[in-house]
Amino acid sequence: MTTTLSALRLGLLRGWIEFRHTLLTPFDLFSYLLNSAIFVVVLLFMDRNEMEDTQLYGLGLTQATLALPGVLATMLVLGGVMSLAQTMSTDREDGTLLRARALPRGVQSYLFGKVVSTSLITVLSMLVILAPAVLLFDGFQFTAQGALTLLWVTALGLLATLPVGAVLGSLFPNPRSLVLVLMLLLMGLMLVSGIFVPLTMLPEWLHWVAQVFPLYWLGLGMRAGLLPDAAVAEEIGGSWRTLETAGVLGVWAVVGLVVAPIVLRRMARRESGSILERRRHQAMQRTV
Amino acid sequence: MAATPSSVTAPRATDSADQPVLDVRDLRMSYGSTDVLKGVTFQARRGEVLALLGPNGAGKTTTIEILEGFRMRSAGQVSVLGTDPAHGDERWRSRLGVVLQSWRDHGKWRVAELLEHFGRHYAPYSIPAVPRPRDTAELLDIVGLTDHADKPVRTLSGGQRRRLDVAIGIVGRPEVLFLDEPTAGFDPEARRDFHDLVHRLSDLEDTTVLLTTHDLDEAEKLADRILILAGGRIVADGSADQLARQVSRSTEIRWTRGGQRFAHAAEGDGTAFVRELFAQYGEEISELEVRRATLEDVYMAMVHRHETGAATGEEPGFGEETR
Repeated sequence: MTTTLSALRLGLLRGWIEFRHTLLTPFDLFSYLLNSAIFVVVLLFMDRNEMEDTQLYGLGLTQATLALPGVLATMLVLGGVMSLAQTMSTDREDGTLLRARALPRGVQSYLFGKVVSTSLITVLSMLVILAPAVLLFDGFQFTAQGALTLLWVTALGLLATLPVGAVLGSLFPNPRSLVLVLMLLLMGLMLVSGIFVPLTMLPEWLHWVAQVFPLYWLGLGMRAGLLPDAAVAEEIGGSWRTLETAGVLGVWAVVGLVVAPIVLRRMARRESGSILERRRHQAMQRTV
Repeated sequence: MAATPSSVTAPRATDSADQPVLDVRDLRMSYGSTDVLKGVTFQARRGEVLALLGPNGAGKTTTIEILEGFRMRSAGQVSVLGTDPAHGDERWRSRLGVVLQSWRDHGKWRVAELLEHFGRHYAPYSIPAVPRPRDTAELLDIVGLTDHADKPVRTLSGGQRRRLDVAIGIVGRPEVLFLDEPTAGFDPEARRDFHDLVHRLSDLEDTTVLLTTHDLDEAEKLADRILILAGGRIVADGSADQLARQVSRSTEIRWTRGGQRFAHAAEGDGTAFVRELFAQYGEEISELEVRRATLEDVYMAMVHRHETGAATGEEPGFGEETR
């Protein structure tokens, strides 16, 4: 028991050290924050559109204001699923994970560390968008309750997405194919999840697709936290559906936290020096 | 092995002192229909240094990975520090050291930072007789990386990285140390430093060491016992001298007398023959050479005997294993 606690502490430490390394490595920082920067630029263009065709016209909301919460949700999914899956896949390939396996409680502390460092960098990438957006765009409604909503949605969102990232990172044999597949999937989900276009403008069967995945609910939760109450008119059922949001994200989190350890344990058990050697061989051949 | 003060060994031995640290009996491993290990049996006592030799694909890495608990075996009994590696817990793991071949992992970590962090994992398993982990500064000094303590790992040269690998392997003051081709890529100086380190670990700390190598000279210098693995079995097990005697009972002697070169294969170690030689010719003898079977002769003979004898078409160099 005490050793599990100490693994937790070591994981926190590892996560913090890795986060610091990312901050101190210009290339890493750039690649993590590039998406944020692109989204800010896109939002700047969207700020000219005042939603003439919707019920929200005249509320002082621009398309940028409406889209920002969804962009935050997208950043969260990008961080929780994509970057975690990618770094875990890379760590498997380069032997980081095997090293962890050779240490007592090493795999545990490695995983805690990944969760911590990925969460930190994800939250940072969200803040990098949120900060300029609230300065540049009008129409947000800031309340203590809204801030609290943002916090719990972010926290639950990380719990719902990180296990998915960890599972994908354990299953895919190499990081490059993984990124490609996930990026396509995520772009598809963004289209149907009401990130840039209110969901009410899309055919109804797509609503059902979107509502299976965390991205839609994360976007909804973020909108609930940031937009004025009147904006709820464009949501499904004219409600922020707080309970449903917590419910769906909660189910993803619980299922993820049950499934991920099983998949991770199986994956970690397979790691060995000779498997690593073979992967190194393959990676070398790809680069040559 | 040099005698070790019992105060060092007694408290750390949670298992009985006469129980072997490594105990492998009839270990078998197959991948699909290919049998890589067909009944490997050997033991190692506390503080012994074992070198595992064998051609590529003989299953050296597979054997070591099974002992490390990184790989499941197909059949046979294996015990490391009294525990089956397939069911080893974290406390068991804390008593092992594994030297891995690094590639580019942890590239952004600084050398001392990484050792410090890895070391912390062993702190919960520290006992008065074996304080864990080893102090980082001391560790850096042991492997000769003190000057590179603050460098990011990715900036190290290949040889320096290998030193770091060794440091990581011993940070937890292991009772058993596994090294798979530890000196590949070492320059002669680094190699000698490494040999000193292994001697130090086995003599002073009573660490049991199992290493694989292709360097026969290294095996002879380091190991108390040499195991030759060929065709999935241990075909030779003993000290370099014992193995030499097993392969050849004669010693080759060459000398020059009266401008002419002579050679003779003498029984035993050749001393008697040389004595007689000098008694007969005295100062006429020059350029004397006495050559007993080397480990290389033994190795070649053993592997050759295996490959031409019992071996069939299926080996070596099969399947999964590439080392």
